[in-house]
Amino acid sequence: MADVHNQWTDERMDQIISVLLRTGVLLACAVVIIGGIFYVIHHKGPLPDHHTFQSEPASLREFHGIVKGLVAPVGRNWIQFGLVILVATPFARVAFSVFAFFKEKDWTYVVLTLVVLSVLVGSLFGK
Amino acid sequence: MTVLAFTLLILVCAFGAGLLGALTGLGGGIIIVPLLVLVFKVNIHYASGASLISVIATSSGAAAAYVREGYSNVRIGMFLEVATTFGAVIGAFIVALVSPAAIAVIFGLVLLFSSYLSLRKQPSTRGTHPPDRLGVLLRLNGDYPTPQGKKSYTVRRVPLGFVVCYCAGIVSGLLGIGSGALKVLGMDQAMEIPFKVSTATSNFMIGVTAAASAGIYFHRGYVDPALVMPVMLGVLFGAFVGARILPGATTRYLRILFSVAILALGVEMLLKGLTGKL
Repeated sequence: MADVHNQWTDERMDQIISVLLRTGVLLACAVVIIGGIFYVIHHKGPLPDHHTFQSEPASLREFHGIVKGLVAPVGRNWIQFGLVILVATPFARVAFSVFAFFKEKDWTYVVLTLVVLSVLVGSLFGK
Repeated sequence: MTVLAFTLLILVCAFGAGLLGALTGLGGGIIIVPLLVLVFKVNIHYASGASLISVIATSSGAAAAYVREGYSNVRIGMFLEVATTFGAVIGAFIVALVSPAAIAVIFGLVLLFSSYLSLRKQPSTRGTHPPDRLGVLLRLNGDYPTPQGKKSYTVRRVPLGFVVCYCAGIVSGLLGIGSGALKVLGMDQAMEIPFKVSTATSNFMIGVTAAASAGIYFHRGYVDPALVMPVMLGVLFGAFVGARILPGATTRYLRILFSVAILALGVEMLLKGLTGKL
């Protein structure tokens, strides 16, 4: 009977993950499209140079800079915020999996999922 | 060219890349990076940044459908993500240590290898075999829907699959692609997981793998919003349409055509990297 029970929770976990992923991607797209419209309307002058690598200003590289920039309709900032939402989606998926495996009392997978989550979180501090 | 024209042009090309990537199962990243670098003369760092982000979008979008249909195996995915995420962080660190020309050469080689993988015949049937001990311990065995009802499968050679996925992670972090072909290789060939389950689970893993290097890409400034916006939206929409028409499409010739295109792009990338003309 234990197996039947686990089947059910596994399937339910799949359903929730599915909704979570779709919501994250759609939300990210919406913000990126808004940013894209701002960008295309406001950006005058020559095409930005993508041939030489010059990195990005700090306001577009760090999380607090991106969030701070949202007060104005600056396209690049809004796009970047949408991308942050997008990148956060797999994070949320893994974090939810920790919780789901915990509910299933599948301790091996609680540990494995925590390892993945730690790598993800740790990568945010990598330069 | 105005900003609007450039954005629309990239959007259309990215749509094509996403569409073909979905129809052939090779993913959009592997074609959008060479396209941006070779045709649009975009710096390889910006190109991989844009691709990495698009890969997260398509993977998450497609995984949402696959997971619901019951093809992907969440445990196999989670277990192998330990390998791919570690690899992805290492790969993203390596980017800073090597020259853009070296990255182009590696990209060229990966394109050639992907072309070979996709042209090779797929093994059709497999004999039954006793379940692998590690596979049982990690509860990796599962079942998947077929027209004849649920079919169960057992996994083999778990450590080998783990190592292949670690390498796939490095490639993903280094080049900004999903490296789905390598992940499928690890699952389908090494672990003998059914092809359909392998591809669905690989898709499921790609987003998490790419997210592990995304933070580093952001910090280094590889993610340029003006470029990523049309690339990401285009690839995502292309992949979405591709997934819709896939069941009715004859993909065999398309696959051969695409493999030849990838072969050509691979040679071109290799030459550009070797001659330093990037």
